[in-house]
Amino acid sequence: MIKRSVFSSRTLPYLLILPQILVTLTFFYWPALQGLMQSVMRSNPFGGRNTFIWFDNFIILFTDPLYLKSIMTTFFFSACVAAVSICLGLFIATMANRALKAKAVIRTMLIWPYAVAPAISGILWLFLLHPSYGVVSYAIKHWLGMDWNPLLRGSDALFMVVIASAWKEISYNFVFFVAGMQAIPKSLIEAAAIDGASPFRRFWTITLPLLSPTLFFVTVMNIIYSFFDTFGVIHTMTQGGPGGATNILVYKVYQDGFIGLNLGASSSQSVVLMTLIIVITVLQFKYVEKKVQYTG
Amino acid sequence: MNTRKITMCFAVVVAAIFLSGQVMAEPITINWWHAMKGARGKVIDTMIKAFNDSQSEYVVVGTYKGNYDETVNAGVAAYRAKKQPHLIQSFEVGTQTMMLSGAVYPVYQLMNDEGYKIDWKGYLQPVLSYYMDKDGNLMSMPFNSSTPVMYYNVDLFKKAGIPMLDKEKPVTWDEMGEITAKLVKSGVQGGLTFGWQSWTQVENYSAMHNIPFASKANGYEGLDCELLINNETVVKHIAMLKDWMKDNRFFYGGQKFQGPSAEFAAQNAGVYIDSVSQIAKLQATVKDFQWDVAPMPVEAWMKEPQNSIIGGASLWVFKGHNKGDYKGVAALLAHLATPEMQVYWHKETGYFPITLAAYEQLKKEGYYKEFPYQEVGIKQLTRRDPNKQSRGLRLGYFIQIRNIINEELELVWNGTKTAQQAMDDATKRSNQQLREFEKTYK
Repeated sequence: MIKRSVFSSRTLPYLLILPQILVTLTFFYWPALQGLMQSVMRSNPFGGRNTFIWFDNFIILFTDPLYLKSIMTTFFFSACVAAVSICLGLFIATMANRALKAKAVIRTMLIWPYAVAPAISGILWLFLLHPSYGVVSYAIKHWLGMDWNPLLRGSDALFMVVIASAWKEISYNFVFFVAGMQAIPKSLIEAAAIDGASPFRRFWTITLPLLSPTLFFVTVMNIIYSFFDTFGVIHTMTQGGPGGATNILVYKVYQDGFIGLNLGASSSQSVVLMTLIIVITVLQFKYVEKKVQYTG
Repeated sequence: MNTRKITMCFAVVVAAIFLSGQVMAEPITINWWHAMKGARGKVIDTMIKAFNDSQSEYVVVGTYKGNYDETVNAGVAAYRAKKQPHLIQSFEVGTQTMMLSGAVYPVYQLMNDEGYKIDWKGYLQPVLSYYMDKDGNLMSMPFNSSTPVMYYNVDLFKKAGIPMLDKEKPVTWDEMGEITAKLVKSGVQGGLTFGWQSWTQVENYSAMHNIPFASKANGYEGLDCELLINNETVVKHIAMLKDWMKDNRFFYGGQKFQGPSAEFAAQNAGVYIDSVSQIAKLQATVKDFQWDVAPMPVEAWMKEPQNSIIGGASLWVFKGHNKGDYKGVAALLAHLATPEMQVYWHKETGYFPITLAAYEQLKKEGYYKEFPYQEVGIKQLTRRDPNKQSRGLRLGYFIQIRNIINEELELVWNGTKTAQQAMDDATKRSNQQLREFEKTYK
């Protein structure tokens, strides 16, 4: 049963949500509308010259093989970041849940990386993995004897940005998984244990299904994170290189619009990006959510 | 209550009189947005203070607005909101965008209108020529200008038995091949590395060898220009560098300066090509070995290499301020160009002085006797009068084009493409950008 509060006044509810609506209108709808308008124009960044050109900007985009490659890179990158951070987050949460001593301390320590901004995370990892001055890269090259060079090899660079992006997202996932696990009735797991189910089986048939709402939520959030917030990581670590190997969509928007001052191209790219995210999220809600069990 | 009201009224009246008096005597504020932080920012502050102290009509306020991109973007946003500063520092790749923006007051016109009779011949021509229109009118005031030079590790050279390099006569690329081979043989990890590869290995390489980078006089004479970097000479040069990668005579350290400069400082590379503005950085960071500066190498067949071209930024004057303000802006620009300021600027930052008078004064002072490596860049820059190939580059969406060249070069270095393929693709992709730009401004 859901409790319904009833307002006696008719205007009060509207007044209460007004600030939120104003914020959304000014900081989301208005810029989004501007972006939409700009995406069908060719314009001088200083203003003054705006030519309406229908969908030319989009045609240029979709006939550019490198843009299509950038879309594929983004999907691959996003899938990797989500997979790594969910798997590790889940694993650590399961372990932390079983820890007996210093539970609170361990948890707090594990949540910390989330407080690190993506750009800082990028810098930190760069200090470890940069081929010229990275500590870890020195170890990789001299002790493991591997030829590690993210400056030149696209796959190395992609690996590097995936690690740096997934790292801080692990903590985020960890928080939700721990909370989700605590909501699972102990009695269920104990009953299964009495019946002789192994820890893995208990996890697979009880914990995981009951965690599915969390898992679903976390997946959506991780994908959105890897599409947009990883900008800082890319910017500090690879600037989209080498040879465009880590040039994800949001970075290209920045490159073309902010640095290159080609507002039309950049806006049309952000419209594409926005559409992609809307489609992905709708699809997830439509198909994946059906498999989610919200009640125990 | 009543007395309190009266006192309040009195206070307001006094304040009003006082403030209005202030307004009358208040000097005009000139806003200057720049992209120089840290030590260089302090140098700007000192130059501004000297101007402010020298007169009472104007007060110049310098504001650091972030790196070049951020400063230009702040300028764009401010201009659209009609809150633009008087002066803005913009990097050399943005020259075409600024020129065509319709938002700037050309410097030659400003100085003319304000009655300054400037003999532009007294300036370093290769510096001015980057910011001139096709008829030779100066559009923006050069501010921080640099050019690429070659740094080398004296200790490693000695160890490998390589004679020191001349400060005026460039070595040939063939000789470079031998030098780097000797370095590698003597146990150095790598021979050569360089920063800003598009600027040092394609743009400057083309200028010094008198090869057009783009048609229409490198873009000066028309928006319908096309890139020409897939020519035989440039392709051969890139292919040669790629070949050097096999035995580490050349290795890639990254697009900008951080990686390559770290490799040189760590003595992983014996030779390092980058901007003269790295001198200050190397002076500060390198303690455990001797280094020196030499001009960029040229091909053996090039008997009379052209001047190298500059990098850096210039000062643009925005339109839309009061007539009186511009008098102050012109006075400030004139102040910045005085030999005193230029000498100070050069000594503190390593960027070139823009006038010959300042250069002569530095020579007379014996500054270059004391720091001979500071003169290598200037000599290379002024060794010939700039011609159509070497006066500069005037391309729309040049930032994107540099990115494209960087990307394609990386694909050569990692073996994905041949030099010819990469330069062909770079040309094709850049031409698309040029056509887009042309449509915007036609």
